[in-house]
Amino acid sequence: MAIKKFAVGIYKDDDELFPAVRHIRKSGYKLHDVYTPFPIDGLDEELGLKETDLHIAGFIFGIIGTATALGFMSWIFTVDWSIEFGGKPFFALPAFIPITFELTVLFAAVGMVLTYCYLNQLMPGVKKHIFHERQLDDVFVIVLEVTGDSTDEEMMNFLSETGAYETNIQIAEEGWWYGYWDKEEDYQNQTTL
Amino acid sequence: MHLKYESFIREPLVNGNKDFHQITEDICKPVEQKPTKLWYAGFAFSLILFAFGAFSVGWEIYWGLGTWGINRTVGWGWDITNFVWWVGIGHAGTLISAILLLFRQGWRTAVNRAAEAMTIFAVMCAGTFPIFHMGRVWDAFFVLPYPNTRGPLWPNFNSALLWDVFAISTYFTVSVLFWYSGLIPDFATLRDRAKTKLRKRLYGIASFGWTGTAKNWQRFESLTLVLAGLSTPLVLSVHTIVSFDFATSVIPGWHTTIFPPYFVAGAVFSGFAMVNTLLIIVRKIFRLEDYITIGHIEAMNKIIVLTGSIVGIAYLTELFVAWYSGVQFEQEAFYWRVVGPYWWAYWAMMACNVVSPQFFWFKKLRRNIVFTFILSIVVNIGMWFERFVIISTTLARDFLPSAWTYYTPTWPEVGFYLGTFGLFFTCFFLFAKYFPVVAIAEIKHTVKTSGDNYKRDMKHLDEMSVEEFIEETKKN
Repeated sequence: MAIKKFAVGIYKDDDELFPAVRHIRKSGYKLHDVYTPFPIDGLDEELGLKETDLHIAGFIFGIIGTATALGFMSWIFTVDWSIEFGGKPFFALPAFIPITFELTVLFAAVGMVLTYCYLNQLMPGVKKHIFHERQLDDVFVIVLEVTGDSTDEEMMNFLSETGAYETNIQIAEEGWWYGYWDKEEDYQNQTTL
Repeated sequence: MHLKYESFIREPLVNGNKDFHQITEDICKPVEQKPTKLWYAGFAFSLILFAFGAFSVGWEIYWGLGTWGINRTVGWGWDITNFVWWVGIGHAGTLISAILLLFRQGWRTAVNRAAEAMTIFAVMCAGTFPIFHMGRVWDAFFVLPYPNTRGPLWPNFNSALLWDVFAISTYFTVSVLFWYSGLIPDFATLRDRAKTKLRKRLYGIASFGWTGTAKNWQRFESLTLVLAGLSTPLVLSVHTIVSFDFATSVIPGWHTTIFPPYFVAGAVFSGFAMVNTLLIIVRKIFRLEDYITIGHIEAMNKIIVLTGSIVGIAYLTELFVAWYSGVQFEQEAFYWRVVGPYWWAYWAMMACNVVSPQFFWFKKLRRNIVFTFILSIVVNIGMWFERFVIISTTLARDFLPSAWTYYTPTWPEVGFYLGTFGLFFTCFFLFAKYFPVVAIAEIKHTVKTSGDNYKRDMKHLDEMSVEEFIEETKKN
């Protein structure tokens, strides 16, 4: 838990975000994050975010699934309990393919979704600070961290210059917390900035 | 900054003047309002059906499988027919959410959520049939390969029936994950709009704390794409494996390599018909005509005519190969299928599946809501008969004439089938009331290229010469 002070700029259109982000990154202000109601093509590159490696996790989980299924079935039918079915060999590879495929997909999908939830800190009951009540509706929010190098007014004016139609200062939890929404207020009250 | 440009000649995917806020309003409104009387009536009716189904199944569990009409010759009756029918229906949802995503079909966004929900509920219904067909349902977990005190004795991994266990459970799990990962951002939208404390709490839990940061969206897109890539072969494999129940058998009529593609085409065919049935009602009740447009219905009707024709060719190929193979037993099986005691089922199937979709070659009929609605039901009746023809009528005429018999279902079997309708619609009514039936974030993502009001501004771009267009883009 870390309560911090943020300067928040609200934008009306996704097209305004690109010049604003470019401007902010040049200015040297500390960009906390950008919140949008839907995925915006190219915004991650504009922000300088690395391409996600999530699909590699999916691949690794898939391989684990393949190995599990194939290894398990082969071990059962050749070592643990061999049964002859219709004169076929004990190690009947073609017959193992359907289950091997299904488990590959199952492991890859489940593993990837869990990785995704872990990386994005998603879980039932997890709460994060909402900077604007319509940030998942129709407004686009750019949040700067107030580091103390410039005054609040300077930062708000700067955000207005980049195209924000509304700016404000918020004291908020930076990460996530577990439990009720009110919990954040308690933290805010305990912390003096 | 939109990299995708779409000509104004193409039909808009979202009608009317929609900005981002209007989209949220339109889709969230039915969730936030009190349910209508029609909803209560439909929900109550579904619950009654479901209760009757539960009673029928309870009856079967108490008295045993003898209460069903299946016998020694016809071991698979309505139960397996309904299983294959429901699984098939599910396939359209995954086709829309996964395969059409990979093919970059923009129209899928509006129907994707409801279709994927349909998939999940249909697979739930399907799964119940083989489980209760086992007879001693309390031993159903014997199909799972777990270390047990009987040896350990493992299931037969060479059996097509065990492949089914893995295929259906994987399909269900992956569909739920895919569907829910898409729902998280939309639940978060509902959470932020919530007026009451309870609503905020429940949608807060359901939305997993989503806030929509740039990095989260980047991972979201990556996850969606990979899950679509995984679901595409998965959906094809599931009905392939279901068809292996028949294709890998040695019974005449159940021994054909054409089954996997033929079953998959049939599954998509019936699934799209079901999506049409459901969405025509949903768009009317929730006033989503601007999102699920006639164009969407037409696109689905095109797939129905395509897959319906594939199924038709498969039926004819089957007959031809039976004759051409020169195998007497194969020929007999198909002879009995066409003119035997179940001739009415065969011709009902032919009329509903092969003849009826051909009407969709006409654009007027493809865009006619009433006609589409009726035909979508006809198609599903036809597809039910297809499974019945393949399963029960083939078995009714097996090797020895002394064993030949005629199979009719008893009331617990019919009740079980009606009960799955109850389960399906109970789930669907709850979904339609408490979940956003159209993917809000995805629609917003496409509205700037495919929305009616945005496309109107594009018109002048289409009429420009190339040089003018370059000048125009340089200015921006």
